[in-house]
Amino acid sequence: MNNSSISGAESVIRSLLAEDIKTIFGYPGGAIMPIYDALYDFKNDINHILVRHEQGAIHAAQGFARASGKTGVVFATSGPGATNLITGLADALIDSTPVVCITGQVASHLLGTDAFQETDVIGISMPVTKWNIQVTKAEDIPAAIARAFYIASTGRPGPVLIDITKDAQFGKMDFSYEKCNSVRSYIPKPKVDEVQLEKAAKLINQAQKPYLLIGQGILLSETENELLQFVEKSGVPVASTLLGLGAFPADHPNYVGYLGMHGNYAPNVLTNKCDVLIAIGMRFDDRVTGDVSRYAKQAQIIHIDIDKAELNKIIKADIAVHADAKEALTILTKLVQHKSHDVWIQQFRKLAQEEHQEVIIDAINPKSAELKMSEVVNLISETTKGNAIVVTDVGQHQMITSRYFKYQLPKTNITSGGLGTMGFALPAAIGAKLGAPEKEVIAIIGDGGFQMTIQELGTILQCGAAVKIVILNNNFLGMVRQWQQLFFDKRYSFTDIKNPNFLKIAEGYGIKGHKITDRKELQEGLKILLNNKESYLLEVIVEQEENVFPMVPTGASVSEIILSERHGANV
Amino acid sequence: MEQTYNISLFTENSIGILNRITIIFTRRHLNIESITASECEITGVYRYTIVVNTSLEQVIKVVNQIEKQVDVLKAFYHADAEVVYQELALYKLPTDLTKGDEIEKILRQHHARILSLSPEFTTIEKTGRPEEINALFADLKPFGVLEFAKSGRVAISKPMKTLEDYLKELE
Repeated sequence: MNNSSISGAESVIRSLLAEDIKTIFGYPGGAIMPIYDALYDFKNDINHILVRHEQGAIHAAQGFARASGKTGVVFATSGPGATNLITGLADALIDSTPVVCITGQVASHLLGTDAFQETDVIGISMPVTKWNIQVTKAEDIPAAIARAFYIASTGRPGPVLIDITKDAQFGKMDFSYEKCNSVRSYIPKPKVDEVQLEKAAKLINQAQKPYLLIGQGILLSETENELLQFVEKSGVPVASTLLGLGAFPADHPNYVGYLGMHGNYAPNVLTNKCDVLIAIGMRFDDRVTGDVSRYAKQAQIIHIDIDKAELNKIIKADIAVHADAKEALTILTKLVQHKSHDVWIQQFRKLAQEEHQEVIIDAINPKSAELKMSEVVNLISETTKGNAIVVTDVGQHQMITSRYFKYQLPKTNITSGGLGTMGFALPAAIGAKLGAPEKEVIAIIGDGGFQMTIQELGTILQCGAAVKIVILNNNFLGMVRQWQQLFFDKRYSFTDIKNPNFLKIAEGYGIKGHKITDRKELQEGLKILLNNKESYLLEVIVEQEENVFPMVPTGASVSEIILSERHGANV
Repeated sequence: MEQTYNISLFTENSIGILNRITIIFTRRHLNIESITASECEITGVYRYTIVVNTSLEQVIKVVNQIEKQVDVLKAFYHADAEVVYQELALYKLPTDLTKGDEIEKILRQHHARILSLSPEFTTIEKTGRPEEINALFADLKPFGVLEFAKSGRVAISKPMKTLEDYLKELE
């Protein structure tokens, strides 16, 4: 593609088109005006979603990326526009989400002079980007964008930022675009070490109690089918991290549940009983491991990850395999023997039964007068048969959703995992709907987090994304309150939150909704929510002081998980 | 157990890469004892020698995180015993005080040399280990050292593969 003498700004748009980008989330401002001016001529080719705050733009781009598997794109201006992206960049980096952010910058002769809306966005974003670059010449723009897309989407994906000075946007250049497919200093996909995999297979074949932990790496390398084949051949039980949910069908007989602080009982307890622990595409987050000095000490550990820096970072692996999950699982499946581990899986079932009796029965069919978050989520799961994209915010409702929504399909679980960013869900759900318009997208949000990015209702008003919003309102910052109850002597320091009339706010943005306070109205309410063709808000008033159990308290071992309130949590 | 580690790394010549590297140390609350960076034998490739006091476990993790940076070609770590290392120091003295036999004796003892000579001042150069550089400083101090500057450490590893081998492997 050759076009003589176009502006740097236009080259941005043409480069994005060459990368097959059709959706951009952004907010204009002084330093990015030339790019927005160029965009004006491409209205029919690119759908630009005007957000209400730049944090909303990047979370929307994250939601888009997680739902579609494509790279999300963000436009923001210099100074405050750029600094408003930082939380989203940090979130995307820790959760491996491919996002390309393009920020405007003051003209290059003003760099470093404290010009209006000048900030050192390269410096500020450096710790929270996989890569970033400042471009000061029009002719350098296409190559920077090509490299950005390559780096963002390959290897362990992540966010990148391109800062383009205003003079570079105005400058003229001869446009040609070449996709980037290699960078000398960057090896996205390591060569698989087959010898290591043979050793791993040998361990798995000899194991009496092998146990597989999967993370988002399975989804990112789109290796769900290979995973299924591996599991069905080797017969191993499978548990998932928060971000891995959906990578393996929750109704599969080898699936034993969700790991971590508020995960299922069996997968946590039996981590300390297995003899071979296989971890693929996960990074042993502290919310998964509990006390690392008492984590799976009895087991031989096989850790497969595409990011070499994750190997031996938290848990020392007996066999560390630096590899892409897809390649590793394909080879490993050939090497493992056909087995079934029924007796071992029975141990998971037995503990699952205990959890069911002690926790789940009451959680999904409570006897209390007030509604519980868990019964709402369970009903959403049953009504949608686990097929909707469910976007969650951060806190109790998030852990409850991870526990009670039965994810069946890849790319249907979108949440802020590593960073735990309140305010993530509403904008991420907008992005998810645009990334997967054929899917039902349900945002389950707490009353606290909803107010952190509530302005994005305006984005729904403008772009019409049919996001279904469920607010689980307990009039508390519930997770912090739970910790205050359990570990700070019930000193509820600033966790009771006075909420506005959410329905009126939604109404102001042209979004219909209604409130549910009674169990009898729930089923009908969900039906209305799901049958609506447009965005709809369902506010569910839930028990004020519901706690999420089971729970691995900070500092405890995973096998010391507390099953329910009855078992106490005095730490 | 903490000990001195020499981190050798090679990077592309890009703006901000030094910052990206030092961030990794800052994040782990690790102090950099010395850092030296300049272009290496391959045009456009920069070699850094970073000295830190830390544990083996920590240095491995830091090196992995450095190597993860897109513009870093390769990073290695070595204990002191695995490298040959050297520092460079310059000492500026008033020329009229350096004319006696005493200075000659000191320079011979320390294997130092005179780098420049002018009517006002003399520059003495010494390469060596920090303790050798400090010992010379102590001996010169009575003559009135006007200025003293010392580089960070540069190190050549004993077992390391050459960067060129590595680059060939990449291709």
